[in-house]
Amino acid sequence: MRVPPKVVHVSMLGVLWTVTLAAVFTLVGIVGWVLWHGLPDVTPQFLFSMPAESGAEGGILSVIAGTLFIIVGAVLVATPLGVGTAIYLVEYTRENWVTRVIRYGADCLAGIPSIIFGLFGYVFFVITLGLRWSILSGALTLALMSLPTIIRTAEVALRAVPQGYREVSYALGATRWQMVLRVVLPGALPGIVTGIVLALGRSMSETAAVIFTAGTVLPDRIPTSTGDSVRTLAVHFYLLATEGTAGSQPKAFATAAILVLAILVINVSAYTAMHRFLARYR
Amino acid sequence: MNPNEILSIIGPAGSGKTTFLRCINRLSDLVPETRVVGNLSFEGRDVFAPGTDVAALRRRAGMVFAVPNPLPRSIYENIAFGPRLTGLRSRDVLDEIVERTLRASVLWDEVKDRLHTSGTKLSGGQQQRLCLARTLALGPQVLLLDEPCSGLDPISTAKIEEALQDLKKTLTVVLVTNNVKQAARSSDRTAFFLMGEMVEIGVTGELFTHPRDKRTNDYISGRFG
Repeated sequence: MRVPPKVVHVSMLGVLWTVTLAAVFTLVGIVGWVLWHGLPDVTPQFLFSMPAESGAEGGILSVIAGTLFIIVGAVLVATPLGVGTAIYLVEYTRENWVTRVIRYGADCLAGIPSIIFGLFGYVFFVITLGLRWSILSGALTLALMSLPTIIRTAEVALRAVPQGYREVSYALGATRWQMVLRVVLPGALPGIVTGIVLALGRSMSETAAVIFTAGTVLPDRIPTSTGDSVRTLAVHFYLLATEGTAGSQPKAFATAAILVLAILVINVSAYTAMHRFLARYR
Repeated sequence: MNPNEILSIIGPAGSGKTTFLRCINRLSDLVPETRVVGNLSFEGRDVFAPGTDVAALRRRAGMVFAVPNPLPRSIYENIAFGPRLTGLRSRDVLDEIVERTLRASVLWDEVKDRLHTSGTKLSGGQQQRLCLARTLALGPQVLLLDEPCSGLDPISTAKIEEALQDLKKTLTVVLVTNNVKQAARSSDRTAFFLMGEMVEIGVTGELFTHPRDKRTNDYISGRFG
């Protein structure tokens, strides 16, 4: 028996609506749940004072600062490397075995569990290079972890810039670099920023790789050098949640709420900044 | 090519018209695994000689493509793009270039009040005239036009042809066209290409009335192509 197309259409519409709603509700549910439990304990005092009693008392100022330094460091290292690699792959070379090796390498790197990056970071940065547990070791490890994401998203974004724009730039007397800088990069910027923000969010919520490289020591002051050991928000949350003492649970939720909010703020501000910048080209 | 003339190139699809045009300003470099045979000189210099300043060459031989392709920025910035590449920053000079080139391409009156709106929002015919203005802003000696009117309505086509007659006073135009009538109408000399070979070249009037080669005759009388 043949089902009338009209019926198929209506039932498919129902199915698609249901799955979309399920996805959205799960997302909103989780974020809402974290905020619901966490926000009541987020007070100015919590945000702007140093932790005490292993975090069960006091605030998380030094943890926020540590997280900020580490992810900013990671992005500062990973962005030029990643975007540079992508520009090389797309604009400066033709498909050959070198580009394939780079691309497969990046893809494999993206699939490696973060704890392996932590192990590598520990052995290489912490021990071999003697950087100890520090902001620098943590940032470099997270940078390595972010590289594949940034390279691949930037590559896709660059390839999506119409070939015609490149031809026009050349025809108007642009050198290759002028073409890349003035035409291709502005066109690819939204995609590139997406990749960076994605990598940033993942770095921010990373625990395994950071425990190995930045340490778990809870500093009682704002770090002043890249050699200082820090504890990031995600690590702080993990340790508080597993500690199981009466005072640590609310602090754990409050930390999680800050983590979620921070990622949200970063996303929104990155896209706003990008659109402001692009407005000059439109 | 003679100075201050319009040379049109006609021929069926795949006859090498566009390829020839792209060799003049070495856009042929962009095609992988290209081999160029033969000599091409421009202003007394071999275009394919090693060490040629390709960017400078492309400014001297400016090109307009078959499909209008404004960059995704304002009308003003589209035209300023080429001059800016050479390091020109002066607002006054740029303003002057924008107005002069837009006037030359018969677009000024239509866009003078919205120079800072996006070039991609113009109609197809306006976009193509913007592209012409943008190329003129390079200060070229030769204008390479690759079927500039292929997707345009008759009025836009007329406006571009009008612009060309004016431009010819100061520069040389190579006009690749699929429109035999356009070649007959607006060019001084015409070349007929077939299968990558130049079959015939001559003064437009003569080529159309008394073609020396039978293949030329067949093409212009519409027997193939």
